[in-house]
Amino acid sequence: MNQESIQNKKTSMKRRKTISKTTAYIILSVLSVIWILPLIWLIIQSFAAPLGYNENGEPISTYISERLFPEKFSFVWYKQLFTKTQYLKWFGNTFLIAVVCLFLSTFFTIAMAYVMSRFRFKSRKKLQSIAMILGMFPGFMSMAAIYQIFNSVGLAGANATNAGRIFSLILVYSGSAGLNYYVSKGFFDTVSKSLDEAARIDGATNSQIFAKIILPLSKPIIVYTALMSFLAPWGDFIFSNYLLGTNKGAYTVAVGLYSMLDKNNITTQYNMFMAGAVLIAVPATILFLCLQRYFVEGITGGAVKG
Amino acid sequence: MKEFFAKLLKRAGDAAVKFGKNCKSFFLNLPQNLKKLGINMANGIKNWFLKYINYFKNGDTSVKLSYIFMGSGAFAHKQIVKGITYLGIELLFIFYMIFNGAGAIRGFFSLGTDFQFTIHDINNPNAVAISVPGDNSMMCLIYGVVAFIVIFAFIAVYFMNIRSAYQTFEDSVVGKKPQTFRQDLKQLFDNKFYIVLLSVALIGVIIFTILPLIFMILIAFTSWDREHSAVTGFNWVWFKNFGQLVGSTGLSSTFFPVLGWTLLWALCATFLNYFLGVALALLINKKDIKGQKVWRTFFVLTIAIPQFVSLLLMRNLLGEYGPIMNLIVQAGGERIKMFDNIHLARFLVIVINLWVGIPYSMLITSGILMNIPADLYESARIDGAGKLTMFRKITLPYILFVTGPYLITQFIGNINNFNVIYLLTGGGPFGIYSGKNAPGGTSLLITWLYSLTSAGVEDYKLASALGIVTFVICSVISLITYRYSSASKNEEDFQ
Repeated sequence: MNQESIQNKKTSMKRRKTISKTTAYIILSVLSVIWILPLIWLIIQSFAAPLGYNENGEPISTYISERLFPEKFSFVWYKQLFTKTQYLKWFGNTFLIAVVCLFLSTFFTIAMAYVMSRFRFKSRKKLQSIAMILGMFPGFMSMAAIYQIFNSVGLAGANATNAGRIFSLILVYSGSAGLNYYVSKGFFDTVSKSLDEAARIDGATNSQIFAKIILPLSKPIIVYTALMSFLAPWGDFIFSNYLLGTNKGAYTVAVGLYSMLDKNNITTQYNMFMAGAVLIAVPATILFLCLQRYFVEGITGGAVKG
Repeated sequence: MKEFFAKLLKRAGDAAVKFGKNCKSFFLNLPQNLKKLGINMANGIKNWFLKYINYFKNGDTSVKLSYIFMGSGAFAHKQIVKGITYLGIELLFIFYMIFNGAGAIRGFFSLGTDFQFTIHDINNPNAVAISVPGDNSMMCLIYGVVAFIVIFAFIAVYFMNIRSAYQTFEDSVVGKKPQTFRQDLKQLFDNKFYIVLLSVALIGVIIFTILPLIFMILIAFTSWDREHSAVTGFNWVWFKNFGQLVGSTGLSSTFFPVLGWTLLWALCATFLNYFLGVALALLINKKDIKGQKVWRTFFVLTIAIPQFVSLLLMRNLLGEYGPIMNLIVQAGGERIKMFDNIHLARFLVIVINLWVGIPYSMLITSGILMNIPADLYESARIDGAGKLTMFRKITLPYILFVTGPYLITQFIGNINNFNVIYLLTGGGPFGIYSGKNAPGGTSLLITWLYSLTSAGVEDYKLASALGIVTFVICSVISLITYRYSSASKNEEDFQ
């Protein structure tokens, strides 16, 4: 092989590499646009100026507008959101539920995971298979029953107070959190047992080992569990819609926003939905991006090491 | 490259054949396995009874007494607090059974006898009819279930009492001192700490998952619907509802198509999302791609936003007046409701689900790709392996190995994926299946179930039957795949 052909081969390889690199960039850019454009459209629509006002003085949304993007911009929808609807109240309700769930669910999940990872007792395997079987029933198959049970104790139904409805929702979200122990158990399994043994030689009891050694070492999985339990109430629509009834004061953000897209409301509240969605999406996104590392560790960690 | 794809195809084919064989062997072995299970259970029960008969034979008077008066064993060894607790539980249970439990059990079987009726004043036709409240079938059922749970819990405590009495008796024979209450308490925070943690975590599970679930399973065997409501009374009909679902006279012409679409949907939603997500992750994580973090963030944004927002957003984007339709109209097309055509609606639902789901599998795969031990590649390079070989022999198997369990849970999750369908189409387009309250073209079993329980329909019996059918499908699939994946795990050891 002479010098020239080697040189040729090298340049052709280089060219092939640049071509594959450029194609990769092109594909990535196109895909990014597909993924990002809807979000940008959401934000832009939330700032659209209303098309006019109807006889009740309500602004008319751009729902039936044939333009891709609005002509003029305004803050009308955000102003409407805070003055004409109970958005702040909904936000407060959801936030309250999310914070309480964060503590309760995380505790239940972590406790169950720790037990399954560290203790060997007679019915351990049985409990694990029961948890697996329970996970296979459709989540809200029992919703009608839960509703009836809450109804009989006055936490749901026509006579319930708003506080009662919210309380019932907290119970539903966090009550069975113990069943989602699997990922955290995988994490605890990776924490070396020699640490436990060393502490036990020093006279520590199991409760002390749990509180002083295991928990501090499990920050990633605790953050992951907490993040998941905090985000769940923001995204849930089914349970809240079913349990909260029609009293607008007890709505969560999801139920409230959904009601804006109702056939009767969409002509005047379409963009208000966009504005409300932006206002919950922004904090959720920031929170998620900050804690993204834990998210990935949580999912893959349990699988890789479990 | 061609060879690689041929091999990949062959592998996929092999996997499919293996899966089929697994299914076959699962169903063929089912009677045999059930028989084995039955024999094992019978033996277990026999041994269990023998154990307690022996306890009675060998124990002293205090042990024998504790078969009737709970806590006797504890009292005999001066464990006062323990004894009082056991005796108290027994007394409470007897009181409960007399004043409430017995009636609840009776109500469970009869589901109520005297129902609400109205009294009309014959002499005064203008008077408002008085309604006299009566039994409530639903409440009878709930109280009955609670009573059964209380009885089972009591039985468990009862045998615990006997075991503990026998244990202290045995200890005293050897000369060991019985444990004081303080020691018992201390144990609860040390080697029995799991009991404390478990009972805290499981109380919620029992009340909010198991109790309602038992209740709803029972509903599937009753006639509870709009005509037979809780106040007017419903009763036990056993397997009639299931017969209606699959039998040729009832809803089978609706049930089987919905089941078919549910499975098709779950397959597409799981595997398309997964493989495209893996492909995207591989693309982003290519060595010479710059700004990997930025690219990843673009896609991850859709995960961060609450799902109902992104789903409703997509519904509006593709809706009758959405920007996509506007573009089509401007290009000379006709304005239609895309979600009104069953095939288009099904296609769109799957595509939108890709938009929602690909980032998840991309993120997870990225995490795994970064976790692959570098020395695996290093030793492969020393052995003279090319890039393609390394991808085929290391990267791909590793990803598949780690995400195997994830795929199973995803598949089950997609069978029950209520959110995507309900928020995008509400189950529509309707009118595909005949009958009142029939599901729509994109309805899954789960959305059908939901619409059956909604106000105005209230066909609880059918909804519960559907729930049980869904459960059976999910558990059979995961049992088979579990066996399959545990078999393949041994083949490619990656630990």
